[in-house]
Parts: sequence; structure tokens; C-alpha cells
Amino acid sequence: MMKDMSRLLITLTLIAAGAGLILSMVESVTREPIKEQRRLQMLKALSAVLPEFNNSPDTDIVSLENGVDKKGNPVEVLFYRARKDGEIVGTAFTVVAPDGYSGNIAVMVGLKPDQSVNAIEILAHAETPGLGSKIEDPVFKDIFKGKSLDNADWRVKKDGGEFDQITGATISPRAIVGAVKKGLEFYRENRQKILAEGGQQ
Amino acid sequence: MSLGKEFIKGIWKENAVFKLLLGMCPVLAVTTSAENGLGMGLASTFVLVCSNIVVALLRKLIPSKVRIPAFIIIIATFVTVVQLSMEAWVYDLYQALGIFIPLIVVNCLILGRAEAFASKRPVLDAAVDGTGMGLGFTLALFILGAVREIFGSGEILGFALFGPGYQPVLLMILPPGAFISLGLLLAAMNKFEARKS
Repeated sequence: MMKDMSRLLITLTLIAAGAGLILSMVESVTREPIKEQRRLQMLKALSAVLPEFNNSPDTDIVSLENGVDKKGNPVEVLFYRARKDGEIVGTAFTVVAPDGYSGNIAVMVGLKPDQSVNAIEILAHAETPGLGSKIEDPVFKDIFKGKSLDNADWRVKKDGGEFDQITGATISPRAIVGAVKKGLEFYRENRQKILAEGGQQ
Repeated sequence: MSLGKEFIKGIWKENAVFKLLLGMCPVLAVTTSAENGLGMGLASTFVLVCSNIVVALLRKLIPSKVRIPAFIIIIATFVTVVQLSMEAWVYDLYQALGIFIPLIVVNCLILGRAEAFASKRPVLDAAVDGTGMGLGFTLALFILGAVREIFGSGEILGFALFGPGYQPVLLMILPPGAFISLGLLLAAMNKFEARKS
């Protein structure tokens, strides 16, 4: 009985140890490529939302705390600063809309120095394909271009604002409009800190 | 049974999706386009072949009382290998398939083959069985994905098929479309089989 038991234990332990060995090898091979993929993804999004720049905004970052999450930990917002010949020509940051149709929608927002939106880019979402997923279409994203807190009513048309919702999907655009608006407000309150020279390189 | 027959059976006679109706979760969930179906199918095939080989290799060492946990560890290991590799080298597909990659672990086709076939047969048989079954699964996902993509977005592998006047049948891309397409495909295949015999 005891012998039987120990054989079971030893077999499972050996299999698990073998699995661990294989996984640690695969992890060490893929670690660098994965990091590079994520960095490229970030740079692609940054180039899409920011005006033309010639620094690397993914390393020119200012980090600010914005409230706390459900567990009481501070939420950090990163601001990526785009420069042309040293002059700041735009700032990008990520906002998360928690009230999408299915799960969070992560949006990157690029601002011009006059605090109007240069462009937005949808980073991640799980909205219904064919309906809510149309938030990825340029037709929708382009509505945000040039809008700022001062020149636009930040609500979808259905709620009396001026942002076109998508046929068959009001919830996703409403979530995004709300999240971008909050982002712009946070930016306005902290403009001095975000644009301060130096920052964290 | 010869190796050739072991290979062919997975593609037609015992096709995992069309005949055994196994692994329905990824079948219904990720087949919104032919490309997603193909990617999911190939990822599952890789896991299936590797786990079949390892299970067949270790079949005499694993006591039958703990065989299921042992199989699951083996399968989970290869799924993680696939997940990391896809994130490193095919990032776009990795993002498109999302949560369904880790869920390959619970695809009952893979555990089913380990239990019913690989744990009782030599390594070569198990490898051939895994390849045939995996390719049959891939084929089914590709066909289902293609049907849904053609009707649901008027495209195939991203190329527009019809003129700009085509109004896509959105329903086909939504979850009900998966059930409808699969049901119609199964009906067509059964009709075909019935006529043959």
C-alpha cells in the first residue's frame, strides 16, 4: 500500500519536474521576442495617435497616480511625450473604459499641445464582432480628431451629445467617449506636471 | 490497422468535429474567420501530436490511478509552449485567438486521444493518430471559419469576394451563426453519407 502510494507520488513529481524544465527553457527563448513584440505594438499605437515625432516616446514617460483601484492600490497613468527636435509636439496616454459591452476597452489617446485630440487607437477590446467591434473602424475613430473639452459635447448623439454612435451598438461608443473625456479632464488638471521638463527618462 | 488508415480516419471517418463532435468550445467560438480557424486548428494539432507522443512514450511508467493528472500536466505543458511561441512569433494571431489558446488544455479531443489511443499504443502509431486527428480538426475549423467569413463579412482570408453592394449577413459571425453553420454542414455530410451507402 505504502509502496503503491510512493510510486504514484514519484511519477507525478517527475512528470511535473520535467514539465517545469521544458517550460523554463521555452520561456527563456521566447522572453526577448515577446518583449520586442510588445514594444513594437506600443510604438505602432504611439505613431498612430501622435503627430510626427523624432524621439522615442516609449522612453520619454511621465507617470502620475490617478485614484485607486478596487484593492486600494494606486492606479498609475503613463504619459508618453512625443518631441520634434526637442520640442514637445504631442502627448499620448492610455485610458480604460470599464463599461464596454463585454469587458474593458483599452484606448490610446494622442493629444496635441492645444489639448485637442490628434487621434485615438483601440488597443484591446472584446466587443461583439461586426457590431461593437466597429469601434476599430477609422470612420468611428476619426470622429475624435480635433475634439477637445472646450469645443465638443462629450456624449454620444443618443444621449444628446455630438458623437455618432454605431448602428446597432451604442454601448461601446458611449463607453469610449466617456473614458476619453475622463482622460482629457485628468490631463487638463495635471498639464503642468505632464509637460514638465525632465520627467522620468 | 495500418498507419495510413490511422492517419486517414482522423480526417474523415472519425473526424473530431464532424463525426465525434468533440472540442466544440473552440470550434464554435473562434471560427469567425478562416484564418482564426486555421490558426486554432494548427495550434491544437501541435499540442495533440506532442502530447500523444509523450503519453505513448511514458505509457508503461504512468500508473493508471494517476494517469489523468499526468496527461493533463503533459497537455498543459505543450499548451503553454504554444502560447509563449505564438506570442513571440505570430503576435497578431495570438491576439485574435486570445483566451482560447490557454483553453486548448481543456479541449476534450486532446485528452480523449491520450486516454483512448496514445496510452495503449506504440509511439509511431500515436504520432500518426495525433497528426490525422489534428489535421481533421484543423480542416473542420477552416471550413466552418470559411463559411462564416464568406457569408458574415463577404470575405475569404481577408480578400473581399463580392462587390461593395454586398450586405454581409452579420448573424453568421455572431455566436448563433456558429451553431447554424455547423448544423447545416453536419446535415449536408449526413445526407452525403446516406446517399453513398
